[in-house]
Amino acid sequence: MTDASAAHSEHPPYLAHHFTDIEQQNESGTLGMWLFLLTEIMFFGGLFAMYAVYRLKFFEAFREGSHRLNVTFGALNTAVLIGSSLTMALAVRAAQLSRRKAIIGFIVLTMILGIAFIGIKLNFEWSADYHEHLIPWMGFHVESPNAPGVRLFFCFYFFMTGLHALHMVIGLGIMCVLLRMAAKGRFDEGYFAPVEVTGLYWHFVDIVWIFLFPLLYLIGGRY
Amino acid sequence: MSVHVESVWMYVLVFLCLMVLTATTVGVAFVDLGAFNTLVALTIAVIKMLLVVTFFMHVRHSTALTKVFIAAGFLWLLLLIAFTLTDVGTRSIPQQPEGWGSATTVAPAPK
Repeated sequence: MTDASAAHSEHPPYLAHHFTDIEQQNESGTLGMWLFLLTEIMFFGGLFAMYAVYRLKFFEAFREGSHRLNVTFGALNTAVLIGSSLTMALAVRAAQLSRRKAIIGFIVLTMILGIAFIGIKLNFEWSADYHEHLIPWMGFHVESPNAPGVRLFFCFYFFMTGLHALHMVIGLGIMCVLLRMAAKGRFDEGYFAPVEVTGLYWHFVDIVWIFLFPLLYLIGGRY
Repeated sequence: MSVHVESVWMYVLVFLCLMVLTATTVGVAFVDLGAFNTLVALTIAVIKMLLVVTFFMHVRHSTALTKVFIAAGFLWLLLLIAFTLTDVGTRSIPQQPEGWGSATTVAPAPK
């Protein structure tokens, strides 16, 4: 028997050949995912920095724009998304404990909450914005001396919430793949890295919203 | 990584804390605190982020290398926002004080 085939026979199929053990493989995977998330932080960070600059410059206009958003649906969506983070964390926990049916159940719950978030956004918020002529380039019109600044606020609003929603759609797509893998019984306490890194991604998307919600809906006060 | 399986209650507790903080940040927004409204809202958002990162994302059991990566990422984010704001906030051209030099060379006073 050659050395190579001897080495193959010694490790489980999910352990890639170039890692010493599963622990090293998992640590590398987690580190790599965090590295990706850091690029995402800088990506969204540029938008947040730009938002801060224009908010300081057009304070009254941004406050006026913010007051046209529906804080009830914003808060409801925050709760829905934090709830989906909880179910995602529980899906990872189920994978750590090799509870295969629970993995599928919690991922499905996470997807339902994720779809609910996007549904609320589309159906109750963006459509209302459209009817109130608040979408730039789509018949934007507000009666206000600050109208150009309000329009700028809504450019930020749709760009930031749109990118956030796009990240959620991508997350939902990844979860479809996870469901397929889970249904095939691919995950157990030895190998659950895909569930773990998808969890990291989903929690990151949650964190972006944790900042978007107060910045867009609340800052400047609602009194 | 050596797998740390957390209890369900820990996750539920973190979830409840996040919910209470969300309700708090909404409630505070309806009270007039002046400039402190922004400060309170951002402080609560940072606390919520730390809860998610520490517990949901398992960073408290991550390797030191992962923690250094994350800290470095947030440091660069801080630099990005802080230096952008200091630049934009100090972009006015300084005027020379009135009464220095002859009248013809004094720059017109800013409006």
